Amino acid sequence: MPKDHGIGASQKRREDVRFLTGRGRYTDDINLAGQAYACFVRSQVAHGKLNGVDTAAAAAMPGVLRVFTGADFEGVGGLPCGWQVTDRNGQPMQEPGHPVLAQGKVRHVGDPIAVVVAETYEQARDAAEMVDVDISELDPVIDMKAALADGAPKVHDDLSSNLCYDWGFVEDNRAAVDEAIKNAHHVTTLELVNNRLVPNAMEPRVAVGDYNPATDDSTLYTTSQNPHVIRLLMGAFVLGIPEHKLRVVAPDVGGGFGSKIFHYAEEAFCTFAAKQLKRPVKWTCQRSESFITDAHGRDHVTKIELALDADGHFQAIRTETYANMGAYLSTFAPSVPTWLHGTLMAGNYKTPLIYVNVKAVFTNTVPVDAYRGAGRPEATFQLERVIDKAAREMGIDPVELRRKNFITEFPYATPVAVEYDTGDYNATLDKLLEIADVAGFDKRREESAKKGKLRGLGVNCYIEACGIAPSQLVGQLGARAGLYESATVRVNATGGLVVMTGSHSHGQGHETSFAQVVADMIGIDENMVEIVHGDTANTPMGMGTYGSRSLAVGGSAMVRATEKIIAKAKKIAAHLMEASPDDIELKDGQFTVAGTDKSVAWGDVTLAAYVPHNYPLEEIEPGLEETAFYDPNNFTYPAGAYACEVEVDPGTGKVTIESFAAADDFGNIVNPMIVDGQVHGGIGQGIGQALLEGAAYDGNGQLLTGSYMDYAMPRASDVPSFTVDHSCQTPCTHNPLGVKGCGEAGAIGSPPAVVNAVVDALQRAGHSNITHIDMPLTPSRVWAAMQG
Amino acid sequence: MTKVSMTVNGKPVSGEVEGRTLLVQFLREGKGLTGTHVGCDTSQCGACVVHVNGTAVKSCTMFAAEADGAEVTTIEGMANPDGSLSTIQQAFQDHHGLQCGFCTPGMVMSAAALLAENPKPTEAEIREYLEGNICRCTGYHNIVKAIMAASGQDVAVAAE
Repeated sequence: MPKDHGIGASQKRREDVRFLTGRGRYTDDINLAGQAYACFVRSQVAHGKLNGVDTAAAAAMPGVLRVFTGADFEGVGGLPCGWQVTDRNGQPMQEPGHPVLAQGKVRHVGDPIAVVVAETYEQARDAAEMVDVDISELDPVIDMKAALADGAPKVHDDLSSNLCYDWGFVEDNRAAVDEAIKNAHHVTTLELVNNRLVPNAMEPRVAVGDYNPATDDSTLYTTSQNPHVIRLLMGAFVLGIPEHKLRVVAPDVGGGFGSKIFHYAEEAFCTFAAKQLKRPVKWTCQRSESFITDAHGRDHVTKIELALDADGHFQAIRTETYANMGAYLSTFAPSVPTWLHGTLMAGNYKTPLIYVNVKAVFTNTVPVDAYRGAGRPEATFQLERVIDKAAREMGIDPVELRRKNFITEFPYATPVAVEYDTGDYNATLDKLLEIADVAGFDKRREESAKKGKLRGLGVNCYIEACGIAPSQLVGQLGARAGLYESATVRVNATGGLVVMTGSHSHGQGHETSFAQVVADMIGIDENMVEIVHGDTANTPMGMGTYGSRSLAVGGSAMVRATEKIIAKAKKIAAHLMEASPDDIELKDGQFTVAGTDKSVAWGDVTLAAYVPHNYPLEEIEPGLEETAFYDPNNFTYPAGAYACEVEVDPGTGKVTIESFAAADDFGNIVNPMIVDGQVHGGIGQGIGQALLEGAAYDGNGQLLTGSYMDYAMPRASDVPSFTVDHSCQTPCTHNPLGVKGCGEAGAIGSPPAVVNAVVDALQRAGHSNITHIDMPLTPSRVWAAMQG
Repeated sequence: MTKVSMTVNGKPVSGEVEGRTLLVQFLREGKGLTGTHVGCDTSQCGACVVHVNGTAVKSCTMFAAEADGAEVTTIEGMANPDGSLSTIQQAFQDHHGLQCGFCTPGMVMSAAALLAENPKPTEAEIREYLEGNICRCTGYHNIVKAIMAASGQDVAVAAE
């Protein structure tokens, strides 16, 4: 029987009512009295020397309050980078400055040069067209390998080259890996591109800065996944505002997928300009502007080699990846191709020797940073593609080759520095084969053939490291932040609770699922629990939501705080019933004394805490409010197996997804309906990457895919209904809920399934020369491959 | 500036607009009806869909002046008269047809227009009809399911 309340129940989402009736409160819905509007003047060239900016004509336009340029920000800090990667030679990465507004040079199309602030948005936009920018164009570097060539133009003149870092992992394994590959029975090599994506949360970014001259307080309303992180980065590193004078509010946020983790120039600008002008300043990103300013994702070029023995056992893996950083280091960019990528190269398999080399490169393109999965999709894609290729080369069934190499004993320490605490990869694979009806594939293939279509099946596994992250570990790896999470549980006198969490919900349904957990622990109705998030003024310092961390880390903090509440409430209950606290039990919202019929209700205890007439004041304080900070001692490791069936039209190369199935092990599940939805969304994005999406630059650094007319977002008709299952559950061993995180799995596991399926379809049709096609698998690419 | 008058969610409204003012700007900024969203600037995403004289329209593609005299319905006007969720809205909640909620108003307005012209659409017809509405969160699975359910057709329960 499905549960109807508490942990494990598919509760309908309470937040839906406001979203379905038009009462959501997104940042662009906020309009403050006396608000002025900002319009950015951006570089139209990828690389150039900024000779000067003439703002006189713009300043004289109707309604203009002020035109800002880089000169206004000379005394202001640049946008900081939150992660320092160490190069193979032991030196820190090359870390260029990142000005709020361009200083002396422009480095990508979209780089902000000036900002007009006016009474209305239209006036600001009209005046922005009158700003006269004098730029001497320089040759841009767009291609990563060209950027590393001798004599290539430098994106940053003060750096020695366009190489941010050359990272080796584990460097001490390098010689042994080289030796194992040299001596292997068989080596499968695959070169591939992990295509650059534009995250495209449906809500464009917005920032509204406000300043109170009477108190010297600044407030920023912004579309962020982590308002406390923005407050710290912007306050401490850019504008010099201490935390107690700066409030950051991220209200309803319309999707993030990573792109709203980072601190952006527009946030700092609006906060700065509001203080300068003593008026609120609002900026709303246009979609075409978000294409050239939101951090992009992926963009790796990789060579992977997999060494196998005669029986198909993996012996060694060696990879070489070029990772695009774009023109500046976005907030967490250096960590994505390194610690979020190299540490996952073992996948679900026992491979004794692994060496990962990553060269991060500056180019005259939009900065690249974390996008749903962040490094883990790149690791999974190359590994699961090369395994399929190896299976074909060695004449072993690809599913059996995976099984043969599965890790089956836990905990398992990989050669890439992580320890998987638990898992059962055979169980998820078995479940997948069942729900995808893999046994019936041949019959379906015959049916497709009768229609003149080529059918293929792709199966793969994935593992990810989530629940980001143990602070001491990531500190050693170069993180300039702690990655704990926080929660304050405030119990009101009449028994209702408010949970203030440092996590942030922008589609994940925390207001519903977090309430399920707390209500379940106490045994009260979920409607007695309110979840508050998104405002630094009323939530404890927390690190926000990304890396599938909210329930695993934020939920754990909430559990710890609730445990403190329950412990204190038991003491109060013990006093009321004249019993020992050790004998008090809490069930269904009733405190009882073990072995007696004595009981007091939850509400009696909470009232006593705030009206402490009959209360042990000499032992405990009145009130019932507790805070906990939870720092995980390991990552969590969701894992699973995905299957995709495609049909390829041999005449056009068009690929259609006929079915898609996912069997995931997320450990314990709080709300199965929400988990299903997270997987659906991730698969949708993964199919988008595999078949449709790709940010394309021309040689001059112009983004060719700068709108929804050119960048192929998945539409409803591009994807099928999905079959998802998460009944295989090996609970996480080190967090109190036993949860692993489910937000990114779909986007990590699905691209290789699609590409494996297309290659399978073409191989089965006799195209034995086709071993790989780079994403997105557009009709033209597939058709061209078929022409040989 | 031009004066425009129209009926929005059953109530007469009017205002002064520039010739270039879009219907979505008039609704959001002029009338405070912020349920209608703007997700792009090329009329692709569909977050701004409203009904104008009963037809689904992308309100970023229509000037406010063009809607002079029209009957306009926005997401704020879709609930039942007693304030409860309408059949379509309720189906979206029941089947988890929304996550971040940003595309949702447009999805609901498009779904209502679809069911008005095709009361029992197939899954393929629903997917085809939503060509002009982009969702980044749901992979469309539960949106399609919600619309099927709202049309009274059998769908498996969202919960397991």
